[in-house]
Amino acid sequence: MDIFAQQVLNGLVLGSVYALVALGYTMVYGILGLINFAHGEVVMIGAMIALAVVSALLSVFPEMSPFLMIALAGTAAILVCMSLAFFIERLAYRPLRNAPRLAPLITAIGISILLQNIAMIIWGRKYKTVPQIFPTETFELFGANITSVQIFIITVSALLMAGLLVIVHFTKLGRAMRATSESQRVAGLMGINVNKIISVTFMIGAGLAAVAGILIAGNYSVAHYSMGFMLGLKAFTAAVLGGIGNLGGAVLGGLLLGLIESIGAGYIGDLTGGFLGSHYQDVFAFVVLIVVLVFRPTGIMGERVSERA
Amino acid sequence: MSLLELVKINKNFGGVQALDDVSLTINKGEIYGLIGPNGAGKTTLFNVITGVYLPNNGGISFDQQSIVGRKPYQVALAGIARTFQNIRLFQNMTVMENVMVGMHANTSTGSFGAIFSTKSARHEEKMIREQSAKWLSYVGILTEANNLARNLSYGDQRRLEIARALATKPKLLALDEPAAGMNATETEELKLLIQRIRNDGISILLIEHDVKLIMNLCDRVAVLDFGQKIAEDVPQRVRTDPKVIQAYIGGELP
Repeated sequence: MDIFAQQVLNGLVLGSVYALVALGYTMVYGILGLINFAHGEVVMIGAMIALAVVSALLSVFPEMSPFLMIALAGTAAILVCMSLAFFIERLAYRPLRNAPRLAPLITAIGISILLQNIAMIIWGRKYKTVPQIFPTETFELFGANITSVQIFIITVSALLMAGLLVIVHFTKLGRAMRATSESQRVAGLMGINVNKIISVTFMIGAGLAAVAGILIAGNYSVAHYSMGFMLGLKAFTAAVLGGIGNLGGAVLGGLLLGLIESIGAGYIGDLTGGFLGSHYQDVFAFVVLIVVLVFRPTGIMGERVSERA
Repeated sequence: MSLLELVKINKNFGGVQALDDVSLTINKGEIYGLIGPNGAGKTTLFNVITGVYLPNNGGISFDQQSIVGRKPYQVALAGIARTFQNIRLFQNMTVMENVMVGMHANTSTGSFGAIFSTKSARHEEKMIREQSAKWLSYVGILTEANNLARNLSYGDQRRLEIARALATKPKLLALDEPAAGMNATETEELKLLIQRIRNDGISILLIEHDVKLIMNLCDRVAVLDFGQKIAEDVPQRVRTDPKVIQAYIGGELP
């Protein structure tokens, strides 16, 4: 087994999940200039709902096809997360639309804590094991081992990301979203219901987050009420790395961050002579964040420094 | 017959009375000019008409319906489109896309249809594209369709703003200083374009500093000064109105 190839593969798997979550951050930032720190918790809620549905289905219909099961669980998680995002925007952010920028940001942190605590009350404090409903098969690819779950993660993420890019660039909804992100005022004067577009943007981001939650829980076979926190911060880092507000940048930033973490964690032991181990993985994300913020605050693909007032 | 009717509109910002009891009526098929010194309240009036600002009091009816308190997008739907004194295009979208955004409100595809690319959505998308191309050729910039809006020349950006506004299918087109920064040839072309739009059945409200353009083009002209309407008449008579001359020159006439 080739260790480098294996780390690259693991990095791509992790990175595609970061990318899905980063898209939600970047879309909301692009339109509202708001960093929605509650987004990571939406990922967690998605994972928890899907897990609850799968557990229920397993106990009632143990014979059900795993594909149908994951489809039902996924649909439920997506619908719950979309409604959740709709209400968060409507109740917590919209009243603060014209408030100073710090107000909605702090509100977002508050919502994040609120959701974590609600999840803790509902699902408890213990790590929850995700049942393996798919038989895990392992294949070999360029000297690395890849499991069926990892193939599933990469395929689903790639399809969703491609779909989102198509929607944003080639449909009426996408045009309205881009117009709104350039200027809410002018978009409104051109007949676009800006509030509706903002709601839809939150909901699309939440749908992607729900899927990301399911994928990450499936990958690590574990879910926890606080799992969204670190994931959210890393996805935010990915969005900043790619250039926040830029969709292609979020995808690129997510994949790069996944690769950096994975390769870094794979070699950190050798590089420090065993002094630091792979559990220092999380350090890489935040070193990247600091380096980007210092040397290229607009990120890889970001060109305009925020022009809005 | 009246299309837009403002009745005793007042708007103040803190202690500043930006609009003071302004009443005016724009008739169907008319080119109505609005002039006045800088800071007279012209753009504020535009913003009140298009729903950006809520007037402190007064009534606005458009096409026999009250539009006071409607949101900008609802005013746009009712049939008022505008351009901006300092160009406000969607800079990072293509020329064609800018016009397509203008058609947003008058097409029926919803978010669901767009996301799942239903048959009717695809059909409508094609129609939007064709119609937008027609508006671009109407203002004479079809060859620029796939360029980014920010790469257009200044005059073409002004034309694109007009095309985008026309795409919302307005009954009234409000132009905020469309000739600003244009040379004589461009201004002449603009004049022909505005006349053509009127002949196609769209009424026009025109704010402009170019007095010659206003005199040549408008059926009637209103003059604002310190938020008050001080004159309203055919151009020739407004031009010789002592109150207007005083407002512009700022003192007693000899």
